[in-house]
Amino acid sequence: MSVNRKDIENIAHLARLSLREEEVAGYVETLGNILDMVGQLDRAETGGIEPMAHPLAGLAQRLRADEVTEADRHGLYQQNAPRVEAGLYIVPRVIE
Amino acid sequence: MSAPLHARGLAALAAGLAKREFSSVELTRHLLGRLEAAQPQLNAMVSITGEAALAAAARADGALASGKAGPLTGLPIVHKDIFCTEGVRTTCGSRMLDSFVSPYDATVVANLKAAGTVMLGKANMDEFAMGSSNETSWFGPVKNPWNPAMVPGGSSGGSAAVVGARLAPAATATDTGGSIRQPAALTGVTGLKPTYGRVSRYGMIAFASSLDQAGVIAPSAEDCAMLLGAMAGFDPRDSTSVDAPVPDYTAALATGVKGLRIGIVKEFFDKGLDAQNGERLRAAFAEFEKLGATLVDVSLPNVGLSVPTYYVVAPAECSSNLARFDGVRFGHRCEDPKDLLDLYKRSRGEGFGAEVKRRIMTGTYVLSAGYYDAYYLKAQRVRQLISADFSRAFERVDVLMGPTSPTPAFELGAKTADPVTMYLNDIYTIGANLAGVPALSVPCGFVDDLPVGLQLIGPHFSEGKLLAAAHAFQQATDWHTRIPKVWQ
Repeated sequence: MSVNRKDIENIAHLARLSLREEEVAGYVETLGNILDMVGQLDRAETGGIEPMAHPLAGLAQRLRADEVTEADRHGLYQQNAPRVEAGLYIVPRVIE
Repeated sequence: MSAPLHARGLAALAAGLAKREFSSVELTRHLLGRLEAAQPQLNAMVSITGEAALAAAARADGALASGKAGPLTGLPIVHKDIFCTEGVRTTCGSRMLDSFVSPYDATVVANLKAAGTVMLGKANMDEFAMGSSNETSWFGPVKNPWNPAMVPGGSSGGSAAVVGARLAPAATATDTGGSIRQPAALTGVTGLKPTYGRVSRYGMIAFASSLDQAGVIAPSAEDCAMLLGAMAGFDPRDSTSVDAPVPDYTAALATGVKGLRIGIVKEFFDKGLDAQNGERLRAAFAEFEKLGATLVDVSLPNVGLSVPTYYVVAPAECSSNLARFDGVRFGHRCEDPKDLLDLYKRSRGEGFGAEVKRRIMTGTYVLSAGYYDAYYLKAQRVRQLISADFSRAFERVDVLMGPTSPTPAFELGAKTADPVTMYLNDIYTIGANLAGVPALSVPCGFVDDLPVGLQLIGPHFSEGKLLAAAHAFQQATDWHTRIPKVWQ
């Protein structure tokens, strides 16, 4: 399975990753190699086999009581934010 | 004449602390000195938290003096920098989190803190745990303590190097596709990946959520048993945490291997396995036989598809998990974004390294419209087949054995050009992650002065059995006590 520059640029856009011009060629090659390797999966006969999403099948996901358990610590959390004003996360203007 | 403090195992150190032969502050100061001195040569740490460590050690000494100490009180350890540590920088080996200071502790960190351990600092690692050589770290590669021209393995390369050089008696680590066992093998120490769900993943920065599991790296199985007991257990804050009692792993060590049925995995002795590695493994099997175990040949017919299965499932999950790094709430943000899209793209493009971007893109591709069935669902079906191979094998045998990695440590830079070559290092370890079963690597000899690892794999929740088998082997051999000459 080969991928071209356009594929890489499209995937990078979907993944919200900017790539430098010189990175694109490298990913054309290495993603192509990875997809070739992954192509070995076609060898396996999987008719009637259920997809396995989780290694502990049979364990149900728990639900918790609908109660407030967390204190408001937004001031502490926002210490890690790149830009904050008046308790709000600041991003470039979205609505004109 | 007793061994120097850094050469003693956790049990011996705990006994020394209890007898007041030395204090936790003395022990901590000794190891901090070693960590600092080794940093220019091994680059095993991202942060060394000396002041906080000495304060914690002083508190531990207080508890020891007043008779309020537990079995781990005052023992210094290192945490892999994937675990969130309250008030301490937590980078996950990435530029993205270069300046991130966690507002809370991971459950593993909290549990070990509550047990009285002293954190010395945070270990270097492959970026977001994606790598098998510790060369993808934003903070530079970690070197192998047996030979600094060689890699220590990855992604828990810092944890393994720290223990291999005896800069700390134990370290936490994580294993998504071999990231505890392979570096443990390459640095001559013991590494345990528990059953999926055995140890809480809360506060452990997520890579691939159906595979990730926290574990421990230490010189011996006995050391691993002591730490696992304190780390493991149900955590309501991790939705995949299993609500099952934690056995006394230390008590289980005495079980021995008499009558143990060991399955030797036929597919693991393929042409990819270094011939001398194979010889060391066969010598180890003979040792188990001498100790009263029975060897049986076992086949896992689909295990050869582990690597391709993993390189669909893990990147798919990583592309989703790493979507949270958006340059808005925490982490790296680019300069002067012109709009929101530009902010996302450049923050992520600059914040993530080459391998992380490769995995995010692989995952995005296999999940994208038109490819989902062919790649992602197909891989999940093959995962079912691989998992069934393990279940079938465990109807006949108690544990499986084979190599941990195809070769001993390789040279820095040797495999960075071709990712697929790097990925094949994990050919023997990934199966256990796909099946969610516990697995452990123990040192079993040397090839060209570099350590070789033997892998033990057991059914779900058989950590006690694996540790007992490893302990019996370590009572009969001394490979796990070998320390590189320069670090003695």
